[in-house]
Amino acid sequence: MNHLRGIYTIWYRDILRFWHDKMRMVGSIVVPLIFLFIFGSGLSSSMGFGNSGIDYTQFIFPGIIGMTVLMNSFMSGVSVVWDREFGFLKEVLVAPVSRTSVAIGKTLGSTTIAMLQGFLIILFAPIIGVSFSVSTLLAIIPLMLLLAISMSSMGILLATRIKSMQAFQVIIQMLMFPMIFLSGVFFPVEGLPVWMNVLVKINPATYAIAPIRQVMLGTTADSSLGVTVLGHTMSLWDNVAVVVVFGIVMTVLSMWSFNHQD
Amino acid sequence: MNVIEVVELSKKFKRLVAVDKVSFKVKEGEIFGFLGPNGAGKTTTINILCTLLKPTSGQAFVNGFDVVRQQNRVRRQIGLVFQDPSLDEKLSGIQNLNFHAMIYNVPVSVRKQRIEQMLRMVELWDRRNSFVETYSGGMKRRLELARGLLHRPKVLFLDEPTLGLDPQTRNRIWEYIIEMCRQEGTTIFLTTHYMDEAEKAGRIAIIDNGKIVAIDTPRKLKRIIGQDIISVKTENNAKATEEIRLRFQIEARDDGGGLTFNVDNGEEFLPEFIKGLGTKILSVNLRRPSLDDVFLKLTGREIRDEESKDYKSIAHHSGMRRH
Ligand SMILES: Nc1ncnc2c1ncn2[C@@H]1O[C@H](COP(=O)(O)OP(=O)(O)OP(=O)(O)O)[C@@H](O)[C@H]1O
Ligand SMILES: [Mg+2]
Repeated sequence: MNHLRGIYTIWYRDILRFWHDKMRMVGSIVVPLIFLFIFGSGLSSSMGFGNSGIDYTQFIFPGIIGMTVLMNSFMSGVSVVWDREFGFLKEVLVAPVSRTSVAIGKTLGSTTIAMLQGFLIILFAPIIGVSFSVSTLLAIIPLMLLLAISMSSMGILLATRIKSMQAFQVIIQMLMFPMIFLSGVFFPVEGLPVWMNVLVKINPATYAIAPIRQVMLGTTADSSLGVTVLGHTMSLWDNVAVVVVFGIVMTVLSMWSFNHQD
Repeated sequence: MNVIEVVELSKKFKRLVAVDKVSFKVKEGEIFGFLGPNGAGKTTTINILCTLLKPTSGQAFVNGFDVVRQQNRVRRQIGLVFQDPSLDEKLSGIQNLNFHAMIYNVPVSVRKQRIEQMLRMVELWDRRNSFVETYSGGMKRRLELARGLLHRPKVLFLDEPTLGLDPQTRNRIWEYIIEMCRQEGTTIFLTTHYMDEAEKAGRIAIIDNGKIVAIDTPRKLKRIIGQDIISVKTENNAKATEEIRLRFQIEARDDGGGLTFNVDNGEEFLPEFIKGLGTKILSVNLRRPSLDDVFLKLTGREIRDEESKDYKSIAHHSGMRRH
């Protein structure tokens, strides 16, 4: 009971803050939408995917959904740093709830916000000519959730370890953007130069984006849009398994880290 | 019963010793004051007691629970008003209190009514729905006080709680705190720079450079530290000085216009002094040493060599622990 109350309270505060901050609500989907429409329109004519009938806008759409979820959950998790900077973290840390509950509440809050942003992007599907059934949508939700939980936890983990604000800005730039750009959001991940191929394949986000695309566009794992690692074609479940492992590691580490900060 | 018990507590930040083998006990229902100059280690001590910091060595117990090994238990006993800001500025005043009530599990049945009571007490009821970022400095402070008192903790840590508040507000808040202490038996650990606020404490520890140099009631501290202070104006100050020296073996100081000197028992001394003095007295004033004087004498940098001797004996006399 005590744990649930703590988790709920922390979650509730995140949602309240998000609700108050209408600018942030709009702001955080503007960047993905700019990518979607500008890249989509600009590159659609020059990039095609054989006879699959998928144009570039449709190709990046699932990626943009993933990117939105990834960015928002990560930034939300990382906001613990601002709580420390403004002193509010002290109020939370002396409260009679376990640190684990606080970390879970924060993860769930960030996850909820990221999911809402992801849904806002999905609303643009009809405009760019992507259609999918309700069952497809229901299949995408757990994939988004998995990504959101993993990235929130990673954000929290970083926020509890890095105390200097300057170092922090650098880390965000040097971690979040490469994770997005080297994850197959904007281009298929096969046939890349070796160095890039290595970075893409060690990037956990790659395995989160691929299944969203597979499900949404109905492509198969062994198509040109799939992922192969060391010659092995990653099936939908292979991808999911990678993200699950990554998510579990991040969640456990973030909780441990939250319990061992001072 | 001792609600707070601190034994040989030390905290080092790299090479800086912020808290140096501090020991003290605070009884249930007591208001215990920590008085000391900037950087003395007051906040660091509080941070250890409220489980935000781990001590380098020594032990501390709150309501019998170890602040290192039983952190969750300790957190259930305490409430805090931090020295530094700790509000969520993106929430409104009432939302900040609501968050606090939720996380401290204030019963739903009394939550609303108690939040309103606290907001009215600190005169923020009219501004309850504004975001905290639009509050003035004093309003934020008042909200933090309201929040700290909201869940009626067993032990309340107040780190310079009324800094920057006007006198009426301070009085009103103190009335509430003292009433709460009386009704609920709350124990209060207070740090302050206001001497009148320190006077509210049952006992005061004076801390300097991480060490406790004296612990006692305000009254005893004042009595032990200084004698009563007498100021007189006479028709001929030079002659009066001479007379005081001969008759009472006291060296009076000329403070420009008048004479000042210290005596042990001003009330008994004064009638005799007035009767016996040959020089005509124009005015006379007897003043008790204030905590200001005590504070200056114990921690002020102007402590001179000849004074440092009796300063040590005082510290010893007033029960300083030095194992
Ligand atoms: N996190 C920290 N890292 C390094 N040094 C610290 C830290 N916190 C406090 N100190 C140092 O410890 C000493 C005691 O600080 P503390 O905040 O306890 O003083 P204080 O008595 O509360 O002073 P004030 O009246 O100014 O609030 C100071 O010299 C301070 O610089
Ligand atoms: Mg302080």
